[in-house]
Amino acid sequence: MKKLILIGIALLSITAITAQSAEERGLQIANEADKADQGFKSSIVNLKMTLKNKNGQTSERLLITRTLEQSDDGDKSMIVFNSPKDVKGTSTLTFTHKIGSDDQWLFLPSIKRVKRISSNNKSGPFVGSEFAYEDLSSQEVEKYGYKFLKENGNLLIVEQDPVDPKSGYTRRLVTYNKEKAYRLEKIEFYDRKNSLLKTLTYSDYKLYKGKFWRALTMNMINHQSNKETQLKFSDYNFESELSEDDFTQVALKRAGK
Amino acid sequence: MNAIKKPRKITNTFAKRWAEFVIKFKWPVLITTLALAIGLGSNGNMEFDGDYHVFFSKSNPELEAFDALQEKYTKDDNVVIVLTPSNGDIFTKENLSAIEELTAEAWNTPYSSRVDALTNFQHTSAQGDDLYVDDLSYESSTKTDAEIAIIKQKALKEPLLVDRILNKSGTVTAINVTVRLPGKDSAKEIPEVTAFIRNAISDFKTKYPNFEIHSSGLVPLNTAFFESSMNDLMLTMIMLIIVIITTFILTRNIYSTVATFIVVMFSIMSAVGFVGLMGIKLTPPSSVFPTMILTLAVADSIHILITMLQKMRKDGYNKKEALVESIRLNFMPVFITSLTTVIGFLTMNFGDVPPFWDLGNITAFGMTMAFLYSTTALPALMAILPVKVKVKKETSGPEKISWYKSLGHMVVKQPVRLTIISIIVIGLLTFLATKNRFNDEFINYFDETVTFRTDTDYISENLTGIYNVEFSIGSGESGGINNPEYLRKLNAFEDWLNQQPEVVHVNAFSEVARRVNRSMHGDDENYYKVPDSREEAAQYLLLYELSLPFGLDLNNQINVDKSETRVTVTIENIKSADMIAFSDRAEAWLQNNTPKPMHSIGVSPTLMFSTLGFRQADSMFTGNIIALILISIVLMFALRNFKLGLLSIIPNVTPVLVGFGFWALYKAQINTGMVIVFGMTLGIIVDDTVHFMSKFLRARRELGYDAKEAVIYAFETVGKALVTTTIVLLAGFAVLSTSSFALNSYMARITLIIIFSALVIDFILLPSLLILTSKKNTSKETIKELNPQVQLDK
Repeated sequence: MKKLILIGIALLSITAITAQSAEERGLQIANEADKADQGFKSSIVNLKMTLKNKNGQTSERLLITRTLEQSDDGDKSMIVFNSPKDVKGTSTLTFTHKIGSDDQWLFLPSIKRVKRISSNNKSGPFVGSEFAYEDLSSQEVEKYGYKFLKENGNLLIVEQDPVDPKSGYTRRLVTYNKEKAYRLEKIEFYDRKNSLLKTLTYSDYKLYKGKFWRALTMNMINHQSNKETQLKFSDYNFESELSEDDFTQVALKRAGK
Repeated sequence: MNAIKKPRKITNTFAKRWAEFVIKFKWPVLITTLALAIGLGSNGNMEFDGDYHVFFSKSNPELEAFDALQEKYTKDDNVVIVLTPSNGDIFTKENLSAIEELTAEAWNTPYSSRVDALTNFQHTSAQGDDLYVDDLSYESSTKTDAEIAIIKQKALKEPLLVDRILNKSGTVTAINVTVRLPGKDSAKEIPEVTAFIRNAISDFKTKYPNFEIHSSGLVPLNTAFFESSMNDLMLTMIMLIIVIITTFILTRNIYSTVATFIVVMFSIMSAVGFVGLMGIKLTPPSSVFPTMILTLAVADSIHILITMLQKMRKDGYNKKEALVESIRLNFMPVFITSLTTVIGFLTMNFGDVPPFWDLGNITAFGMTMAFLYSTTALPALMAILPVKVKVKKETSGPEKISWYKSLGHMVVKQPVRLTIISIIVIGLLTFLATKNRFNDEFINYFDETVTFRTDTDYISENLTGIYNVEFSIGSGESGGINNPEYLRKLNAFEDWLNQQPEVVHVNAFSEVARRVNRSMHGDDENYYKVPDSREEAAQYLLLYELSLPFGLDLNNQINVDKSETRVTVTIENIKSADMIAFSDRAEAWLQNNTPKPMHSIGVSPTLMFSTLGFRQADSMFTGNIIALILISIVLMFALRNFKLGLLSIIPNVTPVLVGFGFWALYKAQINTGMVIVFGMTLGIIVDDTVHFMSKFLRARRELGYDAKEAVIYAFETVGKALVTTTIVLLAGFAVLSTSSFALNSYMARITLIIIFSALVIDFILLPSLLILTSKKNTSKETIKELNPQVQLDK
């Protein structure tokens, strides 16, 4: 009997150890990925967003995204809309934070005013697309809990649980590519009832500055609504040397003009 | 004379040989039929389909329009959970927390895509220069009384909530769960959702007993369809018991009862096999097929058995002789009546409602098999079973006049008077029949014994409407929904809709535009109007959309191209015709007041059901005419008399008119299920006419009776048989009329009236007409006597 209990305890502790290490390994992978992308400083990229419904009807939006890397907090980013025509010049400024909700402002050229957006809600669709704002914002390590699931050749699959209770997801299954500086290959999103909602696939990867992998195509498929959104990036520019001054509310107004 | 008699002799000889063959090879015949029934039955597969879409054919234009709308926005079915707290006020800390909890649980519903509740309503407000969009009540348990008072004030002013999620006095609220069913297997998906919701509700009730809960919506509707199919299938058991009792009373013989039971079971097994082989999924209308087949098939057996037992009891035949004689006499009548019934049921295929195609085809197949088993398995069984009867001496004596004979005497005395009275009564009832109005309110398909019905009634009395009409209003250009001209027209349409008396609630994009515009101007009520410029409208919308959380976006209201928006109008419980009239009025308003791209047609499941009866009636019209022609031809052939075949149309058509006339006095509302009764009952009631006319003709031609004597002869010979089969039919349809599902119960009830009327007409009007038409032709009698042959002797 004593033996049995001992074996039981031993088994339990082994499970505990492996569980522990699965979580640690998950976090470690996320940190590796974060580290691999450090040092790009800033970037500017053109983005074409194509929305497609079940019947194949499409709708397009053109945007420019500027990103400024931050070392002690989440990155800052600015998105400027170029089309549709009636929202041309509308731009968003986002300060992502490692802990707590992000700050977000929107400049509306029609009334020439900057409005702050309540950031409690970031799980909704971004301009009618299948991307939620939380899918597009800077992926800070602190925003998720991690659990390593399995290794498949070069591919590492990690389960990520969002920290934010208002997230639209219970978990995401993220596939990292170990050989290619831990770049993302695929993310599967599970909704609040834990059924597969969306799959995001990254493709057309290009290496910039010999270090930074950027996917030029991102395709999001919603399995429940059968709608799709494709992002096509072009003209990546890592040489723009953007500064803090380019990410202020004043700059936001200027960008929209 | 001989040459003309030949066909009859041929059939008689055929029937006789058939009977002798079956008796000789009784074991092989029985085993073969058993193998056939088991073989077919083993392919049987009873699957149910509760999805309301089954009521609409693929080409149904209303369904196409509705599907197109759902493809443009989101395809959704819903469950509404309605909560009534016993303290009569939703706005307390405890009640709001409970609602929040159930809302959170509702997100776990399988296939759910959206949950709209009071607490997670996205309230828009201005805070300084910022737009603030957030849950109306988040973490309610932490709120102070003052905060809750503000929430109450906001909620009761919110047009998107009041009369939809919340009643005007704040005592009843709803949680609307939108589900996106993949539609791969509705027999699995719908019960999955239902089980989850029922579970969640019962858990909630245990935890919060102070809430009264009701639920409705399209998923519960589907579940109600599903469950009523299964309930109606259970009626088969009751009908089986009735069949056994009736057969025993009528034949007073245990072996006959056993044989009949086996024959009807074979027929049903075969029909179940047909269901499986054809891959038919059962729906409420088609799930009554076993009861239908039982009702109709048992008549075949009873005819054959009664004749056989009579021959044994009265005429002292031995078992084999009696059996052969019975088959000889009954083969043709049973064949003809089976044929007309099959024709009647097959005409259901002309209609536009697929469940009735299935009902028609399954029953037609079952009836064909019933004919086969009645003429094979039944005599084989009777030959095997040790049937013994007491031979009766003619104790009653010939002087005793039967009830049927005296009825005959009464009729022949006053044919003119009876004809006139009949015509007046039938004319009056036919006039009344035109007073019936179509009404396919799907809520009323279920009677008050069904929870779905009572819950839905509660919701429409206390909170909101259950019926709706939707419009997809186009702007004609990409992004055009932000055009101020479009928004103003849309706003005008919204206002017009709100003024209509039957409208309970309107959900239009113009309301979102107004609300956001107001918040962008510091919540100033003067700005509760659509924005003045396109850029403003578009940018406000962008800002608003960026502020919405998961599952509460505008994708269900705006298409991807931002060129069209969806207007959902909730309507009171009104009749189908009023529903169609309302939709027409709205369509006309759009045509008169808006540019062409904004013109739109109203669509919704409610409207689809509203037009279903009319569509079914239109399409069944041809089917009914064809059935009437075909059945009249069968009669002319069977009676070998053109004139009587033509005359038979009167007693075959008038019972339906009389039936609908009485119905106008009873309910005056007819539904889709009742459209099929003409073809169906025609095939059934024609039997009475066939039997009566054939006996009449036989008396005229073979026995040389005059018309009056021939009528009395017909009464004497078939009166009892007609009453017997009518009783069996009435019993069967009476069982069906207890269904809680109106498409079935109304159909059964009117069929009861029609079958009964048919018997009365065949006993009163038909003999009178036979006497009157024969009188005119007395001079031609010699010629006529050369003609005819009667097929349907007994």
